[in-house]
Amino acid sequence: MIKRAVALVLLLMLGGIFATLMLGYTPDSELNLTARYYAERTAADLGAANIVTAIVVTYRGLDTLGEVTVLFLSASIVGLVLASNRRPALRVRTPVGELLTTGARFLVPLILLLGVYVFVNGHLTPGGGFQGGAIIASGVLLLLLADPLRHFSHHVIATVESLAGLFYVAIGLAGLFLAGGFLDNRLWPIGTLGELFSAGAIPLIYSLIGLKVGAEFSSMLASLSETEEL
Amino acid sequence: MAYIAMATGFLLVLIGFYGALTQRNLLRMIVAFTIADSGVNIVIVAIGYMRGRTAPILDATVSAAEAVQRIIDPVPQALVLTAIVIGVGITALMLAYAYRLYERKHTLDIAKLTDLQG
Repeated sequence: MIKRAVALVLLLMLGGIFATLMLGYTPDSELNLTARYYAERTAADLGAANIVTAIVVTYRGLDTLGEVTVLFLSASIVGLVLASNRRPALRVRTPVGELLTTGARFLVPLILLLGVYVFVNGHLTPGGGFQGGAIIASGVLLLLLADPLRHFSHHVIATVESLAGLFYVAIGLAGLFLAGGFLDNRLWPIGTLGELFSAGAIPLIYSLIGLKVGAEFSSMLASLSETEEL
Repeated sequence: MAYIAMATGFLLVLIGFYGALTQRNLLRMIVAFTIADSGVNIVIVAIGYMRGRTAPILDATVSAAEAVQRIIDPVPQALVLTAIVIGVGITALMLAYAYRLYERKHTLDIAKLTDLQG
């Protein structure tokens, strides 16, 4: 009980800090300097309709490369931590039900299509590589739920993942020579604002990120599912 | 609106920390951490919100010229996008370690994991 009381006191103090922060907070009525720059220059400089995408993929593209690397690291560590207990356990197939099996067969292609749509249109609509990749991985999750014994080839997942990463860095380096700098999207003309083939290399880069993130999430799910003692 | 979202976010952070401090089951602690994580994300998004403005996406209704007057701050949204993805990675890592621990010790109760006690 003392432990609980100490926890409560700590949280009360933290809540006090939060309350002061909130009382002292006044919403901005105008965009601050950084946001104003992005709002004014994105359309003219990069041709991307979605400003968040422009920030994530181009203005702060190096950070996104780092983020994808962190995700890759955590996916590989999950694989590493769970790998050593892949023993040939007695794998008995338990029926998962007609509804789930048929539903998965019907929904998985649509989910994959939605995922691809989301990351291909990342520069125009809300969404992008990370969201699209997560949607693709949710399709993989549905497949795993419908058939827990399904074995996903780690080889295929790793190949997709490393090729996407390789091309991502290659496009970044191409920007160094052909455009303004590392991960600059103006490798080719940026086109008309709002069209699918616009914003230079952004759709291509975000599609690669989508594939990479989808593959990483799928490999995490596959590693976690293979540990299950069925 | 921003205040409601911000208060909700802070409340979720507090709930998450309370859970992480008082629960003894590792899985419950992981859930508590993800709740705190969502709370932080909500707070950051709430900071970027501005009354009467729309999402930072240029289209037929928001032209590039009037974007400065019409859109909310895009920077917190980009930050939260990053934070959510990293949060998923961290959660997967925590779950993997918890699984390995359970496999070795056959318990998820942190009070029984006493290897580091002298």
